[in-house]
Amino acid sequence: MKDMVTQPILSLRDLSVHRGAAKILDRVTLSLAEGETLALVGESGAGKSTIATALMRLLDGAKVEGSAEMTGAGDLLALSERQMVKLRGRRLSMIFQDAGSALNPSYTVGRQLITVLRRNLGLSKAEARSRAIELFTSVGINDPEGRMSAYPHQLSGGMQQRVMVAIALACNPDLLLADEPTSALDVTIQAQIVRLILAQTKSRGASCIFVLHDLALASQSCDRIVVLYAGQVVEAGPSRDILERHRHPYTKQLKSCVLEIGTKDITAPEGTVPPHSEMPVGCRFATRCPRALPRCAGEAPPLQPARAGADGPLDHHFACWNPE
Amino acid sequence: MIMSQTQTKRPSTAPTPPVFELIEVEQEFSVPQPGRSLFNRDTVGLKALDGVRLSIAQGASLALVGESGSGKSTLLRVLLGLDAPSGGRALYRGKPIREARARGTGFARDVAMVYQDARGSLDPRMTVGQLIAEPLRHFNIVRKGEEAARVAQLIDRVGLPTDAASRYPSGLSGGQVRRVAIARALASEPSVLVADEAVSGLDVSTQAQLLTLLRSLQRDMGLTLVFITHDLGVASYLCEEIAIMYLGRIVETGPTDAVLDTPAHPYSAALRAAAPRFFEPIPEPLPGEIPSPLDLPNGCRFSSRCPAAQEDCRLRDPQLGQQGAGRAVACLHPLTSTGAQASETR
Ligand SMILES: Nc1ncnc2c1ncn2[C@@H]1O[C@H](COP(=O)(O)OP(=O)(O)OP(=O)(O)O)[C@@H](O)[C@H]1O
Ligand SMILES: Nc1ncnc2c1ncn2[C@@H]1O[C@H](COP(=O)(O)OP(=O)(O)O)[C@@H](O)[C@H]1O
Ligand code: SF4
Ligand code: SF4
Ligand SMILES: [Mg+2]
Ligand SMILES: [Mg+2]
Repeated sequence: MKDMVTQPILSLRDLSVHRGAAKILDRVTLSLAEGETLALVGESGAGKSTIATALMRLLDGAKVEGSAEMTGAGDLLALSERQMVKLRGRRLSMIFQDAGSALNPSYTVGRQLITVLRRNLGLSKAEARSRAIELFTSVGINDPEGRMSAYPHQLSGGMQQRVMVAIALACNPDLLLADEPTSALDVTIQAQIVRLILAQTKSRGASCIFVLHDLALASQSCDRIVVLYAGQVVEAGPSRDILERHRHPYTKQLKSCVLEIGTKDITAPEGTVPPHSEMPVGCRFATRCPRALPRCAGEAPPLQPARAGADGPLDHHFACWNPE
Repeated sequence: MIMSQTQTKRPSTAPTPPVFELIEVEQEFSVPQPGRSLFNRDTVGLKALDGVRLSIAQGASLALVGESGSGKSTLLRVLLGLDAPSGGRALYRGKPIREARARGTGFARDVAMVYQDARGSLDPRMTVGQLIAEPLRHFNIVRKGEEAARVAQLIDRVGLPTDAASRYPSGLSGGQVRRVAIARALASEPSVLVADEAVSGLDVSTQAQLLTLLRSLQRDMGLTLVFITHDLGVASYLCEEIAIMYLGRIVETGPTDAVLDTPAHPYSAALRAAAPRFFEPIPEPLPGEIPSPLDLPNGCRFSSRCPAAQEDCRLRDPQLGQQGAGRAVACLHPLTSTGAQASETR
């Protein structure tokens, strides 16, 4: 676990995102220490990808509020597009869920990596080429020179994802956003890619935000976990606190759905996330919560520390009127 | 139950033949030669299935597990009679599957399928009610007057909201679309349900809802279930039996719990180790990549990545052979229950 006094590299305050009448992110606050890995977890539609995409400033057609202070870069949400262009790929980069569609099908993967290296680091053609081969080697691509001239469709899903990792890490970013980098892949490949991302970010001292569905994988790969429900942070803290000493009923529900090998009993939750038009004004989980009290649907619970005196950025917080 | 080589030789007086039986099934596709030029149009044979042996009894639940490209979907197409195998025999209740399928609607009614791409398998212009009524009509399951009631029953059984009948697939979530696909599959009152990655790509909550549904269907209706997945947690929750595939061949079969507790094949052990477990360090992955089926290693097809490979592994191709109660493994040096390798070769 990280030292409590480590400087945050990213401090996200009250990020809200509106699409039409729907508030798909509601005052999301979180911070990330230097060298830390953080998992965003939650049901489909919770807003995990929206957070990552908002940080990259790649959200379109949405109204964004709040601030995202990144050390040495300023407020990511307030920078001009010209300033963002300089940051993307260099100080922060993103790995998308579906590498197949994130890569350009009409260029070889070598050319795509070389373009990134030349544009962002100003390398000569020959320098970029040898650096590209080094990067392919470091992400475990066999025959890196031969693979340089492959088109994305000629590579397996796992190989495409390795290429994405190489491109994302090409310029040694300080912050890597990985949106479900492995959910389309087999478990054996998943383990390879997650290990690869961790090894590569750790060796560079970079921080990483993982969007994950799998809580067991989150526990294996991340220092901290942020649990989102319907666009709000409902619980956040060190991975062990979240998985073994969680206070929010939704975190408990998520955990009870996890299938480890040998699990014969799971409690499937009732119902689904309500549509934004029918979202309770109070606790958004109230329509499905087994512990709901009369006040819950009308009054939104604030995030509060799980332990007395726990107010540092790395500490365990939850938002619930009737916690576990 | 899955039977190994020796068990399949039971007397022919056995009361009922298994629902499915595959005997040395091969499926060879002809593909362009790799690296061919414009002038060279030669093709080569790609064996997507290579000597598959499998028996699925009435009421069994079987998980078919393996990495992408191991041949799971190809095997499914053979089971469904969509493709005739290029070699070996594929039987449904003792008769060749293709014949059974050609002979009227009995087979199609009895063996229902849930496809991986549930949304793509549904006509977007039809309402959920029409989609579920379609197989009812096609197989003449109920009289016209009872159709609406049966549709409502199916909608309720798979946990869709009552008003779903009048909605279109485009207005449904990923989990709901899969429920529609399951309702359609159940409409013909099948005894066998075959599903390809029916819960993958869904978030854990929705996945849990569908898995509890599938398990209760299997138990209440005595369905025979063939379930393709690459998630061992899903396999262990839903299926009593497991068959693990690698490069077109079944390398280990047996009761799911036994196989996952004490895998005998080094590949099964590697899959098991790679499955996420709370707070355990992520283990060292298998080295290298899955070879192309066009370029199989000599001897054992797993030998290029096997951490337990020995010299003879490059020389002999191990066949699926019995390994303890109800289990079978294709390995020259299977792991023992302590995880160590057996000393003598087989
Ligand atoms: N382009 C868009 N237009 C309209 N609504 C959108 C758009 N993208 C996302 N949303 C909505 O925003 C909310 C959050 O979506 P987001 O993609 O961030 O969820 P997620 O947590 O990443 O889910 P998943 O696990 O399915 O990837 C959802 O209600 C979604 O329907
Ligand atoms: N119609 C086809 N023509 C040529 N090759 C095929 C065809 N279908 C499958 N294959 C090949 O057969 C192998 C097994 O494929 P598949 O059954 O789809 O695997 P899985 O479902 O386990 O991912 C792969 O190498 C695949 O490329
Ligand atoms: S605030 Fe109330 S409804 Fe919300 S999670 Fe807590 S107990 Fe449940
Ligand atoms: S036969 Fe040899 S190479 Fe093949 S799985 Fe067994 S030990 Fe490994
Ligand atoms: Mg997403
Ligand atoms: Mg497949």
